[in-house]
Amino acid sequence: MLSLNEFWFILVAVLFVGFFFLEGFDFGVGIASKFVAKDDLEKRAFINSIGPYWDANEVWLITAIGAMFAAFPNWYASMLSGFYLCFAFILFGLIGRGVAFEFRGKAEHPTWRKTWDWVILFGSIIPPLTFGIMFTALIQGVPIDENMHMHAGISDVINVYTVLGGVTLTMLCVWHGLIFGTLRLMDTLRERCRRVAKNLLPINAILLVAFLGMTFFKTDMFSVHGNILEYLFMVGILVYIASGYFITRKRDGWAFLMSGLIMILLIASVFIGLFPRVMISSISEAYSLTVQSASSGDYSLKIMTYISLALLPFVLGYQIWSYYVFRKRVDHKEHMEY
Amino acid sequence: MDVVELSRIQFASTTLFHFLFVPLSIGLAFIIAIMETMYVVKKDDKYKKMAKFWGHIFLINFAVGVVTGILQEFQFGMNWSEYSRFVGDVFGAPLAIEALLAFFLESTFLGLWIFGWDRLPKWVHALCIWLVSLGTIFSAFFILSANSFMQHPVGEVLQNGRLEMNDFLAIMTNGQLWVEFPHTVFGSFATGALFIVGISAIALLRKKHVAFYKGSFKIAIVVALISGIGIALSGHEQALYLVETQPMKMAASEGLWEDSADPAPWTVFANIDTEAKENTGELKIPYVLSFLSYGEFSGSVEGMNSLQERYTDLYGPGNYIPPVKTTFWSFRVMTILGGAVLALSIWGAYLYARKKLVNSKWYLRIMIVAISFPFIGNSAGWIMTEIGRQPWVVFGYMKTEDAVSAGVTAGEVLFSLITFSAMYLILFAVMITLFVREIKKGPDHDIEETEPIADPFTKEGQHAFS
Repeated sequence: MLSLNEFWFILVAVLFVGFFFLEGFDFGVGIASKFVAKDDLEKRAFINSIGPYWDANEVWLITAIGAMFAAFPNWYASMLSGFYLCFAFILFGLIGRGVAFEFRGKAEHPTWRKTWDWVILFGSIIPPLTFGIMFTALIQGVPIDENMHMHAGISDVINVYTVLGGVTLTMLCVWHGLIFGTLRLMDTLRERCRRVAKNLLPINAILLVAFLGMTFFKTDMFSVHGNILEYLFMVGILVYIASGYFITRKRDGWAFLMSGLIMILLIASVFIGLFPRVMISSISEAYSLTVQSASSGDYSLKIMTYISLALLPFVLGYQIWSYYVFRKRVDHKEHMEY
Repeated sequence: MDVVELSRIQFASTTLFHFLFVPLSIGLAFIIAIMETMYVVKKDDKYKKMAKFWGHIFLINFAVGVVTGILQEFQFGMNWSEYSRFVGDVFGAPLAIEALLAFFLESTFLGLWIFGWDRLPKWVHALCIWLVSLGTIFSAFFILSANSFMQHPVGEVLQNGRLEMNDFLAIMTNGQLWVEFPHTVFGSFATGALFIVGISAIALLRKKHVAFYKGSFKIAIVVALISGIGIALSGHEQALYLVETQPMKMAASEGLWEDSADPAPWTVFANIDTEAKENTGELKIPYVLSFLSYGEFSGSVEGMNSLQERYTDLYGPGNYIPPVKTTFWSFRVMTILGGAVLALSIWGAYLYARKKLVNSKWYLRIMIVAISFPFIGNSAGWIMTEIGRQPWVVFGYMKTEDAVSAGVTAGEVLFSLITFSAMYLILFAVMITLFVREIKKGPDHDIEETEPIADPFTKEGQHAFS
């Protein structure tokens, strides 16, 4: 039987996975609006394609952090203070990006729009890049002392491996976002999204292989959870090949499912590799934070379990409904809100 | 400056900034929901126009509120990691529930509301903004339940070197929460209402779209009047509760060094000397402090000196007196502005009922200035609540100086403080500019927008879509 601690670890993992599945394409669309769109109208089509969703998608992150705080206060405390500057940069990005969507369309002046375009670009790159760096540093291990305090130097957070992790995650977001674009956009813009997504296939394949290769040598994930991760790795290869097949065959819905699966497999693997630890200490195995040592008490976890199980069906229900309401493609020849 | 001071400055400034937008969002969402409901019920397009016009302003404000709110979820862990470890078992739950229950509700249904005007049946669309409003109120409830725990810990037990939850129901029924929550929500409704009243006043003075702004004024002034009464009543309840649970904050907010006379007079003004621990030039009104503290015209109120002695016995040596001047003056600013909101609402409702509103130039001019009253009052209230609790971060359990992150350096906090402040200042300037633009566009903007406007900066043909 699953213990409450394990259940909450899975829930936090699911929330992060959900965040990268959903906000992953939002980030990608944000980046693509700079490089793939050719004029203002196309840029706006991109932004409007995530218009009704991006805010709710971002709430997945807030909820993940909130769940971490409630269920694993020590994890929350050590990670957010330990990666202080990383989180500060993520927040700079998210703050700028959020208002940029709302503000950009409120005035017509080209300088105004260009300024917000840059904010959207950096606001869409910095969070996935920083999260990628941070999660990679997390599985690599960071200096955590016996009091659960993390004292990381720059090279603990920024090194070849972590930067590769950051770049890989960001490029996957771009790819995922472009495939999302093929679902929500029309005509030439849709075609162009598909073409760029296809061109990204070999680049992302190299990044993924390099990242997984380094993970094999730089972390203990494969010795701790070898079997299941190798199995997921095989599934990942099949899914990736399938995504290439569907993109080429213009089966956009299936392609989106595959790019989403890649995102899910990648983030889930990080959490599987961590378990039962939540933060790995590079000083001593004994100092690592685990689902036991980092967690709240049983009473608190039990209450949280009841409440979240009661609320989750509604939350998922109305979010899915909102995607259903806006299932129609964004026609950039019609009225657009943003 | 050390890391504690810098972290406090960052927390205070980012939170106060965030709380400029939150009350306006709570208030406007509620009033827009009323407007749209009237549109659905009365089938009069005037109300749709209102919901749309005030909706534009609401959305700009909401965006800033949301992005500045993200930081809140992170900064307990970033800057106050020892606090987070110590209270996370109790404090984390309301935050997680807030995200799950409130943030998803407001963000999803706001998306549906913005983009759903043409895709949803009218009543479903109105329901969406009601759910947004409900989301904002839920959000207030859960974050205030967390704050109430810091003011008056309940449902907790000290074990394993930290506070652990042992009674969730007690946390949800915390007496502090049930005085703080209505007070905050009424304050927020008043913020939204006086905003609409003030903007309407500008237009009415210029005799622009008189029918539209009179209609908006009418709805807003009713909300303002009810909120004004609510603020006063819930504020009084809160003072009664404060005397029981945090007498030191009460004494500090009165600048009361020695135990008061019985019945206790209320100090309107005093020149406080925190070094000598005495006041000069006091102006007092008899009986009023007894009434504020106990709801009757008798009873002495404990002073800071005797409380300091009592707390020293209870919690060990240390200074338990908060910054007195800040607590004293923020309390006065809050109460005076709260009273002004109520008085101005009564006056406005009277003028409207007597059909004298449009010609009451002085009233309208005052109401433009009065837009700021709830904002200043809200901030002053929070300054009093949080400064008055010092030196505690969780009353009776943990001091602020022990709550700060262990591994974070002053340099890192200084960097984030400067960057956040700079970003927030830019946001503020941009937001004000956009407010002015939207207001200048006026209520007919949605209709005018389909007509081409000569604008040298845009290419021909793109106006129709902007």
